[in-house]
Amino acid sequence: MVRYILKRLAMLVPVLFGVTVVSFSLLQIVPGDPAVLLAGEDANPDFIEAVRKEYGFDQPLYIQYFRFISHAVQGDFGISIRNREPVVNLLIQRFAFTVQLSFLSILVAAFIGLVAGVISATRQYSIFDNLSMVGALFGISMPIFWLGLLLMLVFSVYLGWFPAGGSGGLKHLVLPAIALGAASAAVIARMTRASMLEVIRQDFIRTARANGLKEWVVIYKHALKNAMIPVITVFGLEFGYMLGGAVLTETVFSLPGVGRLMVEGIFQRDYAVVQGSMILVAGTFVLVNLATDIAYALFDPKIRYE
Amino acid sequence: MSDDTDPEGFYEITMSAAVEKTSQAAEVWRRLKRNKAAIVGGIIVSIFVLVALLAPLIAPYHPNEGDLSKRLTPPSAEHWLGNDALGRDVLSRVIHGAQVSLQIQVVAVLIALVLGTLLGMVGGYYGGLTDHIIMRLMDILLAFPGIFLAISIIAVLGPGILNLMLAAGIYSVPQFARIVRGSVLSLKEKEFIEAARAAGESDSNILFRYLLPNSMAPIIIQTTLRMATVLLTASGLSFLGLGVQPPSAEWGAMLSTARPYLITAPHVATFPGLAIMLVVMGFNLFGDGLRDSLDPRLKD
Repeated sequence: MVRYILKRLAMLVPVLFGVTVVSFSLLQIVPGDPAVLLAGEDANPDFIEAVRKEYGFDQPLYIQYFRFISHAVQGDFGISIRNREPVVNLLIQRFAFTVQLSFLSILVAAFIGLVAGVISATRQYSIFDNLSMVGALFGISMPIFWLGLLLMLVFSVYLGWFPAGGSGGLKHLVLPAIALGAASAAVIARMTRASMLEVIRQDFIRTARANGLKEWVVIYKHALKNAMIPVITVFGLEFGYMLGGAVLTETVFSLPGVGRLMVEGIFQRDYAVVQGSMILVAGTFVLVNLATDIAYALFDPKIRYE
Repeated sequence: MSDDTDPEGFYEITMSAAVEKTSQAAEVWRRLKRNKAAIVGGIIVSIFVLVALLAPLIAPYHPNEGDLSKRLTPPSAEHWLGNDALGRDVLSRVIHGAQVSLQIQVVAVLIALVLGTLLGMVGGYYGGLTDHIIMRLMDILLAFPGIFLAISIIAVLGPGILNLMLAAGIYSVPQFARIVRGSVLSLKEKEFIEAARAAGESDSNILFRYLLPNSMAPIIIQTTLRMATVLLTASGLSFLGLGVQPPSAEWGAMLSTARPYLITAPHVATFPGLAIMLVVMGFNLFGDGLRDSLDPRLKD
């Protein structure tokens, strides 16, 4: 197990290196003088020169990359040219929001997905099963941004139950969380159903029934516990994808998350912000995946990574 | 393949493979026909492709010319889906949007298909360091979650329809590479590949004439399902303003321009979204159906 974790950690190194290279190369590929791009076109020449020195833009590429990394490791992602604020401050505020939204979404998705999946599996081909699988098809086929607009139209404009956007308490997060969680709920429901169907056909379930255990004990204690193993991986993966999908949700509902920060950064040519967002989101996703893989290895005694 | 040093048994294998192929196709078709969901998906996809190809012929109005006196008017007999903020016919724009979407999907999926298949085949077949490097490169792409990868690529390349195709294409490369690699890894231990190698076939022959044709099932399934994902990604990017730019009639861009009128004229935002959902659903249903028909073992 320890060996597996170490091996899995070692695999992180090339990936994180690649992610930082991609983020670093942004300034190199975009046409224009990197020092001017970072300092802003209206910056005074002295400041541009200072930035050039600081980041070593007059030095060979590998030295530039090294400086970029040593700044990033210290949490220095430069200054946002639009907000005149250290990028790291913006990232922390905005990222906290996105994590909060993603967390709420995965709760929504897990609840709906697990309930629908378990009931569908225990009543295969019933009306509930058919309806929830059709619902799942809608879930994976609906564009997040359209679902968000529809939810907004129905629940804020017509019914007035929830605010249409902006940030402020939990009430503001309900619709975005549903919009962001819908696709994951669908994936989790399908996965749970398939996994449950496989497990309840196995011998140990028949034995449990034959021993006279109550049906709900068989289903929820014995079957679900075993069926959950593959579903756990999906949780991790879906949570990670939410960090990406949040870009669209945050735009639809005008929420101050890191996704929207990055898109605004692209439009405003605020490259330091874009670089920081890339590293932060990709880095988090990689770590979430690592945690998922380790959790999977811990939960499933059948898996041995040698 | 035309040399007479080939052992006789070898021809037999290829011939029986050919015979098997036709009966296999018939079998796949038989299974597909029985799958109602796949039929529905196939019909949706066919209608979408037809509409896209015939867009200029069937659209009742010009997609970009509006009548300002008809701003935001709801659906009527003249304009079945109503008019948008510039008085343009929404139905005509949705129809032309099908063409734009199909173009993006085909180009992006082709990029992913060609690059991903090549990388997957080479990695799987040669193994070792080559494979290791290719797979780590794929891991780097996969480190950017979902649509975030496409956005990051756009951040580097800049917005626009060509870059959108490229971004949506690169976004899908790892999926093809992984699936093809997996297929090649399991195939290369099979006897017919060993036989081909023993018969002195070149690596490129083995890759393209033996391994590729035998990996077609997962590639076809993935291509169909990716058409759905690419549409969601591309329309999402256009919605954000990073893809197709207005006034082009692209569904995601149409939704984004319809947003300010959500309350006064909800129909303008409703129909492009409905179009995306239906087409994505069609490709998903058809792709799932293909998977069940091409590889019955995968069915739950």
